[in-house]
Amino acid sequence: MADVVVEQGRLARAAGARKGSGLRNALGRKSTVAFFLTLPLILLIALLVLYPAFYSLYLATLNKAMTKFVGLSNFTFLFKRETFWMVVKQSCIFAITAVIFKALIGFIVAHFVHNIPGKKQRKWRGMLLVPWVIPPAMSTLAWLWLFDPSYSAFNYTLSFFGVGPIPWLGDTFWARFSVILVNVWYGAPFFLIMYLAALKSVPDQLYEAAAIDGANWWQRIWYVTLPMMRNIIAITTLFSLIVTFANFDIVRILTSGGPLDTTHLFATWAFQVGIQSSDIPLGACVSLFMVPILAVAAVFILRDVTKRGNEA
Amino acid sequence: MSTLTIDKAGPSRKVKYGSMSRDRAWALRWSYFFLVLFAIFFLTPPIYMLITSLKSSAEISAATNPWWVFHPTLSNYVELLTSNQFLRFFWNSSIISITVVIITMLISIPAAFALARMKFWGSATLATGVFLTYLIPDSLLFIPLFKMLGVIQDLTGITLLNRWYVLLFIYPTLTVPFCTWIMIGYFASIPKELDEAALIDGASWLQTLTRIFIPVALPGLIAATIFAFTVSWAQFLYPLVFTTSVDQLVLPVGITTTLIKGDVFNWGQIMTGALLGAAPPLIIYAFLMDYYIAGLTAGATKG
Repeated sequence: MADVVVEQGRLARAAGARKGSGLRNALGRKSTVAFFLTLPLILLIALLVLYPAFYSLYLATLNKAMTKFVGLSNFTFLFKRETFWMVVKQSCIFAITAVIFKALIGFIVAHFVHNIPGKKQRKWRGMLLVPWVIPPAMSTLAWLWLFDPSYSAFNYTLSFFGVGPIPWLGDTFWARFSVILVNVWYGAPFFLIMYLAALKSVPDQLYEAAAIDGANWWQRIWYVTLPMMRNIIAITTLFSLIVTFANFDIVRILTSGGPLDTTHLFATWAFQVGIQSSDIPLGACVSLFMVPILAVAAVFILRDVTKRGNEA
Repeated sequence: MSTLTIDKAGPSRKVKYGSMSRDRAWALRWSYFFLVLFAIFFLTPPIYMLITSLKSSAEISAATNPWWVFHPTLSNYVELLTSNQFLRFFWNSSIISITVVIITMLISIPAAFALARMKFWGSATLATGVFLTYLIPDSLLFIPLFKMLGVIQDLTGITLLNRWYVLLFIYPTLTVPFCTWIMIGYFASIPKELDEAALIDGASWLQTLTRIFIPVALPGLIAATIFAFTVSWAQFLYPLVFTTSVDQLVLPVGITTTLIKGDVFNWGQIMTGALLGAAPPLIIYAFLMDYYIAGLTAGATKG
């Protein structure tokens, strides 16, 4: 790194030589300054993100007491466990269903907000973004209370419609439904705000042209709105997929993985195995299974981001 | 605009115009109708928090309508705000979040400036790397970080685990990449002529940063600050893993672990705690919503 800095500095040095030399000049060199300005960032990422990421690869190859190298046997052990495959399945169901619903709700609500007169939009936007602003650990507690088996406000309300008490968190299907519902509630406003920003950037002339051509409401969305918003939809969805897939707070507080481990995600199961049962290598191993999916999503996002950067 | 052309076209078109405006009116009504439905869905949990926080435990366990407060009381608030534990959590959360915001700004403003304006070897790669770091979730790193802290503690004898101050080093991994990323975008949008003029006038790079970039990109900085604060305030996994003693906990962990005692849920207090914990971000957001939204949209879409 250092020699490259020097090499880059040569040009600046040639220019600076006229003004004088010495320490002040060296410090004023563009590449040196740039290096020192970014140094804290580089150190932070290297020591607290990259190093732990690779360290967890190493940890995953140790035995439970962390005294002996055991190669891939942690991984093969996981493959033989039924719970592991249940976690894989649940993580996929959770992430995909939640992201689809978040995207749909975000898209629909963004249209409604976009439809109403400009002055009133701010108020609605503010109200609808509230779930995203409340720390998820706090709002999930409210949901936990709404789902409470004996005093549940939901079951109380449902009883008026003749619907029997629903075991929101006690039954596998309903527990899965509940964690997804809470995640959709928490994440939909993010899509709403992104789509609203995208909708505002679609020029009105396009809709006027479409209206003159006799396009109906559905055609306008399909042929004008969606193509114009394609990039933002893609990037928001992929980004949300990463965050949802790696989610921890909601499942941890709502069900702690229960009933019978059926709502565990990689993150919550890794926490249970690695921290609560203090089998750090196995926990590291579990969380590493998130990497392939994160990597695929990241590659797609990155492609989009660099494309955007080149256009600008 | 369209009114003019349509009006000129004669009576047959006039009918069409009328129907269009009627369509618009209906579309507007339907929009409001559905917006109200969605607002109910989005606001039910926070409102229910407020409702429960105003009830006594006797009323909570009574079989009355849970959506209404019959005997409002502030006892939950009084009890929480006079208990040492809760104030301790609140204090820990505040001090951590504010310090993390300062650390984040000190790291990301210079870095974003260098990455946006001073093209040097590897600057493009580094900018992309910052963005990728932002995509690495906390749930991937908490186990190796936990082990790392343990190892450092054994080697140096400095207590790191179960101390709140360790979070000051960990949280920036979540806030710095994002803040740097959005500020690169903001800095890049400042016209080059501004800083070139400053450089010609003999300003150093640091002077250019403090006198030109920071004032001009202030909205972006505010957005990043709000973001860093909300992220640190809401973080749950790291403090849950790294701290256990009651006096070291932050709000989200403190509320979930100390107010729930075994199977006994004191819902009135839990909801009050959750509401008070949600209050700082909500208040900031109520006043600075536009900056928050600008940060949100800039972060994920701007290159």
